[in-house]
Amino acid sequence: MPGTQPGTAQLGHKSDRGTGRSDPDVSKSSSVHGFEDEGWLRPSPVLWRMRRTEVAVVTVLLGACMGLVFLGALGPVSGLLACASVALLGATMAFFLRRRFRAWRYQERHEDLIVGRGVLVQRLSVVPYGRMQFVEVTAGPVERLFKLSTVKLHTAAAASDARIPGLETAEAARLRDRLTELGEAMAAGM
Amino acid sequence: MTEASSEAEALPWQRLHPLTPLARIGRLAPALVFLVLISTVHSKVENQTAETDYLVVITLGSALYGYIHWMVTRWRLEADTLRIETGLIRKDSRRLPLARIQAVDIVRPLLARLLGVSELRVRLAGSGSTDGRLAYLTAAQAAELRLRLLAGRHDPDTLSAADERLPMAAVTLGRLIGSVLLSLVSLVLIGTVATLGTLDQFEPRTARAVGGFLAVYLVSFAGVVWRRLSGQYGFIAVEGPEGVRIRRGLLQTISETVPYGRIQAVRQVQPVLWRPFGWCRLEVDVAGATARNQRGEGTSVVRKALLPVGSAGDAVHLLDRLLGAPDPPRTAPPRRARWKAPLSFHFLSAGHDATHAMCVTGRINRTTTWVPLEKTQSVRRVQGPLQRPLGLATVHVDVAGRRTRGEFRDRTVEEADRLVAELTACSRSARQHVYAEVGNRRGK
Repeated sequence: MPGTQPGTAQLGHKSDRGTGRSDPDVSKSSSVHGFEDEGWLRPSPVLWRMRRTEVAVVTVLLGACMGLVFLGALGPVSGLLACASVALLGATMAFFLRRRFRAWRYQERHEDLIVGRGVLVQRLSVVPYGRMQFVEVTAGPVERLFKLSTVKLHTAAAASDARIPGLETAEAARLRDRLTELGEAMAAGM
Repeated sequence: MTEASSEAEALPWQRLHPLTPLARIGRLAPALVFLVLISTVHSKVENQTAETDYLVVITLGSALYGYIHWMVTRWRLEADTLRIETGLIRKDSRRLPLARIQAVDIVRPLLARLLGVSELRVRLAGSGSTDGRLAYLTAAQAAELRLRLLAGRHDPDTLSAADERLPMAAVTLGRLIGSVLLSLVSLVLIGTVATLGTLDQFEPRTARAVGGFLAVYLVSFAGVVWRRLSGQYGFIAVEGPEGVRIRRGLLQTISETVPYGRIQAVRQVQPVLWRPFGWCRLEVDVAGATARNQRGEGTSVVRKALLPVGSAGDAVHLLDRLLGAPDPPRTAPPRRARWKAPLSFHFLSAGHDATHAMCVTGRINRTTTWVPLEKTQSVRRVQGPLQRPLGLATVHVDVAGRRTRGEFRDRTVEEADRLVAELTACSRSARQHVYAEVGNRRGK
């Protein structure tokens, strides 16, 4: 396979800088199905920071609103209670989002890309490079604030949704280029 | 004749059939009839004479449009492309490379049949490109052009022998009517009409009120039933060199081809009402570009009825020809899957060999799906919250399009893991095998 060597070399270089970090507790949580645990890459920890910030902002805003409404309508005790319950809700959300964040993982193998995700419904997609039609890199406003992007792979099948969120911009660009290159090299017709 | 002179094989530019404007008006006929009906009813109610001026205007206008369209449309067959140019104000010039043609269908609406003309529809491979249409050509011209277009991809000598083959499957009128009657839509229709009829005996006013309320649904249901009957009337499938050729239709006849190499998946559906008769339906998903799917969510795939209704023997015969391999051995999921899928467990089974995956799902409609593994787009393993405590997981084999996939439902976790690895490997080798073969053939 020509082109694999420089790609992986580059990959190793990049992943040292935190993108492909595998903290020990994460790799323990996902003794992945039948595939060797080695070599899984994960979204950047910044993704978790982004999710946390999103939850915090929403919680604070909602908590303030609810608190004020209940304060005005029923008095200080109920206002505090409302604030507390909103905070509890936010904490629960953060707990679930943390689990979800940890579940994301991907691995570039010789001929295919594997993406795993999900906590409640666990999914693992294997997409051969030759089947990729195009690779899409998107970054929403919040993602841009955190310098993150989402890489999405499109195949001819609508069901095979391989999506990797929370990649640092450089890693996303690297993945995009590498996937495109491999996709072209191995492209197969319909 | 600027660039054409360089190409020896290029034919001169040609117009469509002169009766094209007339045949095109035929497409408007149902709408016109509807308008006339409405205005007649309206004038009866209002006690006025019906106004028909606008009908004349519409007819004349569309005739003029059709005539201009005919004037500015021309087509030409070049060495390796079919060119279609049309449009007065917005020019539309299409080149359809013969090598990328997936299928060529001939469609003949009722009026076109009366006028002796046919429409040719060309579908291309790959997404994003629109298909080409030539409406209308003479029947002989259409048939000849179709042969020429398809001959671009195949040996001409196998093509000539094509028309002498025996039909692979045909649907008799009785069986077609039976199958349509035994479908949910017509049962609902018949049931409702019968209930209303009985109700009319005792409570005419209620019956009329309910009938008026349901009329729209009844009419649309009847439309569905009618479309099934008229669309599949006289269905016959013949083996051709490039694929299975299908001819069908009562008022509008369609002859289409299901190309062997383009089949993404085959489905056999056995609805519960058909099972006592041993009937089944065969559907194939064929890759092809249509203008409808622009959202980029998967390549558009055309689902075609390969056999609207047939006996098990017909199905086996067709499947054998299409897949060219014996069915892979299947196994059922473990008994504990009954807790997760109490109904569908009955039929659940799946299996694969080196080239095909075969999965059976469904309870009311027993559905068997065959997926040629070289068409696999991705393999997925999904484990839902109900499956986890039972130690089960589902493995999906995705193929192009958004509707079909092979599902190895509710297998044990160990088997699912093994399946993901095996199916990935088998898909890869099947793909390499098939495309190496294609490469060899092109090389020759």
